[in-house]
Amino acid sequence: MRDVYMDNAATTPVKKEIVESMIPYFTENYGNPSSIYRRGRDSKKAIDESRDLVAKILGASSREIYFTSGGSESDNWAIKGVALGNKNKGNHIITTKIEHHAVLHTCQYLERNGFEVTYLDVDEYGMISLDDLKKAINKNTILISIIYANNEVGTIQPIKEIGKIAKDNDIYFHTDAVQAVGNIEIDVDELGVDLLSLSAHKFYGPKGVGALYIRKGVKLNPYIHGGAQERNRRAGTENIAAIVGLAKALELAYNNLESHNENLIYLRNKLIKGIMNEISYVKLNGHPEKRLPGNVNVSIEFIEGEALLLSLDMVGIAASSGSACTSGSLDPSHVLLAMGLPHEIAHGSLRLSLGDFNTEEEVDYVIENLAKIVQRLRDMSPLYERVKEDK
Amino acid sequence: MYSEKVMEHFTNPRNVGEIEDADGVGEVGNAKCGDIMKMYLKIENNIIVDVKFKTFGCGSAIASSSMATELIKGKSIEEVLKITNKAVAEALDGLPPVKMHCSVLAEEAIKSALKDYSEKSGVEIEELKDFEPKEDHHH
Repeated sequence: MRDVYMDNAATTPVKKEIVESMIPYFTENYGNPSSIYRRGRDSKKAIDESRDLVAKILGASSREIYFTSGGSESDNWAIKGVALGNKNKGNHIITTKIEHHAVLHTCQYLERNGFEVTYLDVDEYGMISLDDLKKAINKNTILISIIYANNEVGTIQPIKEIGKIAKDNDIYFHTDAVQAVGNIEIDVDELGVDLLSLSAHKFYGPKGVGALYIRKGVKLNPYIHGGAQERNRRAGTENIAAIVGLAKALELAYNNLESHNENLIYLRNKLIKGIMNEISYVKLNGHPEKRLPGNVNVSIEFIEGEALLLSLDMVGIAASSGSACTSGSLDPSHVLLAMGLPHEIAHGSLRLSLGDFNTEEEVDYVIENLAKIVQRLRDMSPLYERVKEDK
Repeated sequence: MYSEKVMEHFTNPRNVGEIEDADGVGEVGNAKCGDIMKMYLKIENNIIVDVKFKTFGCGSAIASSSMATELIKGKSIEEVLKITNKAVAEALDGLPPVKMHCSVLAEEAIKSALKDYSEKSGVEIEELKDFEPKEDHHH
C-alpha cells in the first residue's frame, strides 16, 4: 500500500537530525534549568543558545523570544495579553475573517468580555484590503492581528505594508506566522511586527512547542502565572528537548530555504497543472502567485470533501478538506466562505500541502488517483447528472 | 470514526444509478448543506422491484443511501413505510452522532419517492398524505 503524505500544512514529520539533537535532553541533560547545579546550568545553557538562534534567524534580540507550547498558545497570549495590558488605552481590535481559529475564537472570547473586534473582509484570492484596514482604525484600536500566510489557501498578506500602517497609527501589530515560518524569509524589524507566533511542528520540528516574538517595550500581560521562567511572563518548567528541537528545525529550515522553496514550487505547480488538465469543473482557491510554496487548494464541483478524503485515504493519500463534514461543524470552511465561495463549492474543497519529503512521482500518483476518484464520486452525484444533461 | 460496514457500503455502494422509467422519484437535501439524495423506485403490485440512488454527500450519506436501497428492495410499500432512519443507522452498525442526519435523509428520500409514486399513479398512501421532507433538516 502506498503512503503519500500531502498534509504538511497540518503537521510535518520530524527530521532525523532534529530528533537526534533532542534526545540528550531527555536522557542525560535532563536537569531543571532553574536549578543551580551543573545539570541545571547545562539545561539553562541549551535554552539560552536555542533562544539566541531563533532570535538571530528572525532578526530579533534574544530577550524578545518567548517559548510556548505552540501556535495556539502564542496566538492566545499575544491577543489576550495585549488586550488586557492595554485596556486603559482602548478596547478595539482589528483582525480578519480568515484567521486560524486560535485567533478568531480568542477575539470572540474578548468580544464577550467587553472588547470590540473588526473582522476585515478578503477578496476572492483571500487578500485583505489595506484601505479597509486604514478605515477600520479608530481611537480605541489597540491591536491589529493578521495572519501572515493562510493555512487553508496559502495566501500571503502584505505584512510589511500592514506593519507600516500599524506603526503610523501607534497600534500594536501581531501576525500569526505559523504557516509562513520555514517558507518565507522573516525579519521582524523589516516587517514592522510587534508580535509574531510560530510553531515548530510546521517546519519539521516537534509538536507541542512554539514561540512568541514580543518586541521590546510592548505592553503585554503574562499568560501563565506561577514561576520566573521566560522572564516572568510564561511560567512552567521549560520543555528543553522540544525547545532545542525547535531551534534546530528553524536553523535547518532557513539554511535550506532556497532549495526548499524551489523544490516545493516546482511540485506545487506541477500538481496544480495536472489537476486542472485531468479534471473538469475545478477551481484553484487562493492567490495564483502570492501563495505558500507547498499549498494546493482546489474546489472540485459536484462532490463532497469528506467522501473525497476517505477515497484518497484508501489509496494511501493523506490530504484535508474545508467541507463541513470534516470541520466538525455544519458550515464549510470560514476561509472559503469569506473568499466568496458558495457553500456547495466550498464543500468540495481539497487541500494538498507539499513538504520536503514529497517526490515528483508522488505528485503523478496523486493526479492519477484523484482523477479516478473524482469520476467515481461524480458518477454517483445527482449534481453532476444535471450538468451532463445541460451539455 | 466509521464502522466497517459504513466503509464497506461507501467503497462498494449497492444500487447506484438511475431508473429511466421510474414509478417514483424523490430528492431531498440541498447542495448548500453538502448533501443531496435522489432515490428512484420501480414498483409492481405494491412491491419495490427495483431501486437506484444518486447521492452528493459525505461517506456516511453515500453509505446510508446504499443501505437504504438494500433494506427496501423486494419489500411492500407498507413494510417500507415502517423503515425508520434508526433502522438504516443500525443496519450500518451505527453512525457517529453528527452523521445521524444522513440516515434521516435516506428515510426522507424513500418517502419522497413513494409520495411521488402515489401522486403519479393515483395509488393512495395514507401515511404520506402530509409528508414534507425537511429541507434544512440539520440547520
